[in-house]
Amino acid sequence: MNKLITVSPSPHAHSGESVSKLMYGVVIALLPAMLVSFWFFGMGAIYVTLLSVASCVLFEFLIQKYILKKEPRISDGSAIVTGVLLAFNLPSSLPPFIIIVGALVAIGIGKLTFGGLGNNPFNPALVGRVFLLLSFPTRMTKFPKLEGFNTPVILSDSNISDATTGATPLGIIKEGLGSGETISSLMEKNHLGYADFFMGNTGGSLGEIAAFALILGLIFMLARKIITWHIPVSIIGTVIIFTGILFLADPNQYADPLFHILTGGLLLGAIFMATDYVTSPMTPVGQIIYGVGIALITVIIRVFGAYPEGISFAILIMNAFVPLINRYIKPKRFGEEVKNG
Amino acid sequence: MHLGVPAKCLVNKGDEVKVGQLLASADGFVSANIHSPFSGTVLKIDKALDASGYKRDAVFIGVKGDEWLSTIDTSTQLKKDCRLDPAEIIHRINEAGIVGLGGATFPSHVKLTIPRGKKAEYLLINGVECEPYLTSDHVLMLEKGEELVVGVSILMRALNVEQAVIGIENNKPDAIAHLREIVTGFPNISVQALQVKYPQGGEKQLIKAVLNREVPSGGLPVDVGAVVFNVGTAVAVYDAVQKNKPLIERVVTITGKSLTTPANYRVRFGTPVSALIEAAGGLPEDTGKVINGGPMMGKALADPGVPVVKGSSGILILPEPEAARRQTEPCIRCSRCVSVCPMGLEPYLLMVLGQKSLHERMENEKVMDCIECGSCSYTCPSSRPLLDYIRLGKAEVGKMIRSRKK
Repeated sequence: MNKLITVSPSPHAHSGESVSKLMYGVVIALLPAMLVSFWFFGMGAIYVTLLSVASCVLFEFLIQKYILKKEPRISDGSAIVTGVLLAFNLPSSLPPFIIIVGALVAIGIGKLTFGGLGNNPFNPALVGRVFLLLSFPTRMTKFPKLEGFNTPVILSDSNISDATTGATPLGIIKEGLGSGETISSLMEKNHLGYADFFMGNTGGSLGEIAAFALILGLIFMLARKIITWHIPVSIIGTVIIFTGILFLADPNQYADPLFHILTGGLLLGAIFMATDYVTSPMTPVGQIIYGVGIALITVIIRVFGAYPEGISFAILIMNAFVPLINRYIKPKRFGEEVKNG
Repeated sequence: MHLGVPAKCLVNKGDEVKVGQLLASADGFVSANIHSPFSGTVLKIDKALDASGYKRDAVFIGVKGDEWLSTIDTSTQLKKDCRLDPAEIIHRINEAGIVGLGGATFPSHVKLTIPRGKKAEYLLINGVECEPYLTSDHVLMLEKGEELVVGVSILMRALNVEQAVIGIENNKPDAIAHLREIVTGFPNISVQALQVKYPQGGEKQLIKAVLNREVPSGGLPVDVGAVVFNVGTAVAVYDAVQKNKPLIERVVTITGKSLTTPANYRVRFGTPVSALIEAAGGLPEDTGKVINGGPMMGKALADPGVPVVKGSSGILILPEPEAARRQTEPCIRCSRCVSVCPMGLEPYLLMVLGQKSLHERMENEKVMDCIECGSCSYTCPSSRPLLDYIRLGKAEVGKMIRSRKK
């Protein structure tokens, strides 16, 4: 035998799965919601998405190469996912510098200060979004009217109030209830309907408006085994139970569960943000605890808090509990309890 | 040649030996006899490289003819009846040097000696075929089904158990049907079809699948009333008890995508792996790795000149592109390793603890329960060498536990 052969420890086979395959799988799952945002918001949505993705990838490259002096690994697709998710959490009428700042905070502070892919405790896109929400509260809560490709792209502050509306369904309800109106009269007065929520014909950030597109993404990711059901189902299930109890207690003061599921960023958060591998627990039971926690905090903020929407905060708060959950929630060890079957 | 204490050599240079003659005798309880697979002259007793890459004591025999010991019944006639008492059966199995042929090569007489205070209720026969690619147990079940079932009945007698179950995954419908037909004559032996699921060939996993009982951490199968033998071992038991034939050969799969004639051969121990490769059409041009065993748990050979031994269930030849490992990427905490681990461990955590040499914590996280099935490394999208670090950790934790006992 003159031929050199490889010697290595077992296993000698590999599933063929890779980080980039998983990340591009998530990008594919995000496409339906992206196309819906282009349909309703027109050029503004395309511009925000492209700028957000480009800045995230560029910052990842520049910081890794020139500040961390490591081999840049932008090809794994994780920065693209962060870029799309950040864009999904922004209104289509943001000036470029705000988007660029958001991308810098997401990638620079949210991800790379902790050591890059796999080491960040908080969801980078949400770190970027919440930073922008607190820093530019007015711009972040003004959403353009839905006029498809006729929607004007507003980049300066001068004409912002004419072409935009602050009205997301959650915002309308929060404000209306504050001035003593009931849910049903608010829904009627503002022409809010579930079919519109489902199809995306409603105010909001780029990626959150169309429930059907997000659910398509969920089905794709479940079918491709990119994620498991535990986190999305535990979030949605808990929201249904919690808001259902409130609704039964007083339907005039509390919106019904379906309203809570279809509006705001709940589905976007439950399907794409909370399921981020890096910042979610490692065991099924841990994931359910995490999902229930996210849902409880979200509903508490929505119903009793100052902000109309709370899923971003809820996910970031539960992100902080993930190390603790991983520490105490262990998988069921084989042979732990002797079964006699 | 087997797990446990190496056997003590009984022959000297220049001795003439026959097939089946005792070459080395068991040294202690957890050890096994070794018999000559060939007839001829002892050339030397020296160190030889084995499949794991270590040098071991070996007897070199210059093969001459094929002369068997006259005490061995070489006829192919089936001998069904066995009226020996359990002690005599175990004695014969011990004499014949039988060890577990599933791969772990644990001496069989030790398994048959149930510790005091414990009771075996079930005998499980492992026909699951430990790994992908390997088919040696499958052909054995098809070709030696009768002998297998008689072997099972002998093992039942030795263990004094009422029930035996042969577990076979349902990707081998022909073997299931064949054995079901044979066991109709044996009321206490049944064949159970199992879902295809690696690593079900593992002893603990098989018990879970058939009996839905979990062997406790650090425990033995008999703690849940089960004793498990591989189908190959059951056939060897038949040969030993009914035909007085010691363990000198086994079925070995030789396979690989680029081999011209992959096959299963009945191979005498001591045959070089390279001879087996020649028989299967020679080493392919694109060979990247020669594995003793299957793709998940087999050992990569540095030299195909090493001999086939009692634990060699197969030889797998992997082509070049599949031989190399992939580039390792950072852990993205996808939790696939946790969900795939059959023992309910957290491989990602064990690897990090291993890298930091936190061996006490590794012990607390049950690293010693790892059966080294390789599922974690196989499934990892970042191609992280999880099992490598777990193995290193097991070695260190094992040392720690042993020094504590002293």
